[in-house]
Amino acid sequence: MTFLNIDSPEGRQEALEKMLLARAFEDTVQDQFADGEIPGFVHLSQGQEAVAVGTCGALREGDYITSTHRAHGHSIAKGLEPDRLLAELYGKEPGQCRGKGGSMHVADLDQGMLGAQPIVGASAPLAMGAGITAQYGNEDWISLAFIGDGAVAEGQVHESFNLAATWGLPVVFVIENNLYSEGMVFDEQHNIEDLADMSASYGVPGVVVDGQDVEAVHEAVSEARQRALEDEGPTIIEAKTYRYRGHFEGDQQPYRSDEEIEEWRDERDPISNFARKLIEAGELTESGLEELRETAEAKMADALEFARKADEADADEAYEDVFVETVPEIEQHRERLAREQPHWGEY
Amino acid sequence: MSKTGATTESTESTETITFREAIREGLREEMKNDDAVMLYGQDEEDGESFEVTAGLYEEFGGRRVRNTPISEAAQVGGAVGAAATGLRPVVELSFSDFIGVCFDQIMNQAGKTRYMFGGASEVPLVLRATEGAGLSAAAQHSGTVHTLVSHLPGIKTVAPSTPTAAKGLIKSSIRSPDPVVFFENKTIYDERGEVPTSDDHTIPIGEASIEHLGEDVTVVATQRLFSEAMSVAQDLEGDVSVEVIDPRTLYPLDAETIIESVAKTGRLVIADESPMSYGFHAEVSSRVVEDGFFTLDAPPQRVGVPDTPIPFAPGLEKEVLPNGADIKRAIRRVE
Ligand SMILES: Cc1ncc(C[n+]2csc(CCOP(=O)(O)OP(=O)(O)O)c2C)c(N)n1
Repeated sequence: MTFLNIDSPEGRQEALEKMLLARAFEDTVQDQFADGEIPGFVHLSQGQEAVAVGTCGALREGDYITSTHRAHGHSIAKGLEPDRLLAELYGKEPGQCRGKGGSMHVADLDQGMLGAQPIVGASAPLAMGAGITAQYGNEDWISLAFIGDGAVAEGQVHESFNLAATWGLPVVFVIENNLYSEGMVFDEQHNIEDLADMSASYGVPGVVVDGQDVEAVHEAVSEARQRALEDEGPTIIEAKTYRYRGHFEGDQQPYRSDEEIEEWRDERDPISNFARKLIEAGELTESGLEELRETAEAKMADALEFARKADEADADEAYEDVFVETVPEIEQHRERLAREQPHWGEY
Repeated sequence: MSKTGATTESTESTETITFREAIREGLREEMKNDDAVMLYGQDEEDGESFEVTAGLYEEFGGRRVRNTPISEAAQVGGAVGAAATGLRPVVELSFSDFIGVCFDQIMNQAGKTRYMFGGASEVPLVLRATEGAGLSAAAQHSGTVHTLVSHLPGIKTVAPSTPTAAKGLIKSSIRSPDPVVFFENKTIYDERGEVPTSDDHTIPIGEASIEHLGEDVTVVATQRLFSEAMSVAQDLEGDVSVEVIDPRTLYPLDAETIIESVAKTGRLVIADESPMSYGFHAEVSSRVVEDGFFTLDAPPQRVGVPDTPIPFAPGLEKEVLPNGADIKRAIRRVE
């Protein structure tokens, strides 16, 4: 279940909870990665929680999303449980993908999470394709692609925009513009200010939204979802946001200043600002907020224990799932490599 | 024959540098030599993902070293156009797994332009891409795809295993009038070696190097598995005498050196990190069988990945990755 009725105090509270959980999840990942417990590459999205939660909160059960290499927030917002998600980052057996995917390739089809896609731009055609399924079967769900601002320079993204527009597919494209693509700043990659303007080339609506404002994102996606359901085709939404961490954990970030990051953290944090708004509206108290924070942290403590204690994936797992119907080569090669005996001369 | 250790035995002065620095040095020297050489790619001005080109932007400036948007198809297609009109672009594609998004430009443009136009154009471009597993980077950032590219007519493919080869070959690749895809295994960037300092140090494309002499078994090993094979050869010293060959160039392949070695040893092991079916292993094996069948005393053996994508979890990744123990077992089967 992902839908949040953001027009109600309960829905707003839930949105805050989800953002806090996404933040706590990534803070945990940040620490455990630094401690060497999490292998591989990790891309964090602290600062972008309002886009993830606002977007997924506007979706209903049955709607699909595709995501990017920066997928933890999207996954949590779409309803994935932090324990199995974290176990996947640890490469453990009960992990979301049984240890074969890791941070960059998380999926959960039951929750409508069609997969993180670290091939930049690939999230767009995948969601577009899901949109074909929905249209073909006259289904009552839609699909939505998260796309980075850098990814918009990839050809496959434009092919997907065009096809979805031409066929009137029930798809929403959410461009998460966090100002950076690895170390390249936004205007080094694009010659326009608002990526949403690209929608004009495809004859579909383009919407710019404040990605630090969970309600604004929710509203924009809700409208786009409605259009998609009513056979009016795709919408391209650009959410202006910011990532606090480097491109990947360990990135020295020579391309921007600490002051810039601090400014966003202090003045434009999507969680603090939203919490303050709820407090000012009398919907939340300071101690209530503290409780929500503690709950999120407690959930993460449990998830961490789960991930740490979980079994390693069994070696045989490495050879499974390459195909649905197995081929002989894999076992043959495997045996050939492992064979101590016999010496060929004994044949 | 000048191949055996030719590059390290000479009287030239050398320095001990890493594989990464060797490539950087080669790039720097060729940029100094020829104003037509330019580098572009994603984050190139910051030295790109693995810091191979670090410092070159500061040294050569924005005309020669440039950032591109994330557009591999445009990067490669653009390089074909630039090369055909007089530049010598060196384009970084970062992880070779991403080659899928620009495969048309590699296969149909870079590889075929000259041929289709009846020789009317030259396409002197270099595409650099990293390969290799071992960092828990999972399936889309760990692959070894050089077989795919080596299969395409019109493209040369290079995959050095040592810093010396890396420097000599990046320079030759830049000087080559043909498109070259230069594969760098990302797990050996920090391996060190003696590298000639001279500007003139190049290694011809298409020349293998016998790096360890032996009498009993020939091991042809690429990239990371080359140094594993060298350790195995040393381990087995006194027991099995192993000849280790670094092919250095995958296409064109110096089959002659390999066939001559097998004529001496009678036995062949091919160690390469790509999937074992239809790959580099098969090509080497087939060349030796065709032209050296009667010199073989045992069936050639393959060491590679058993046709799986590369899994994420360190334990699973280790499971499918070939290593020195696999090479040793293969040697044991035929010695
Ligand atoms: C096809 C492809 N090219 C390059 C990369 C390397 N890469 C990974 S993430 C990234 C930057 C993506 O930027 P953006 O789309 O803005 O997403 P963000 O990282 O800002 O969330 C790059 C260049 C890749 N993974 N896939």
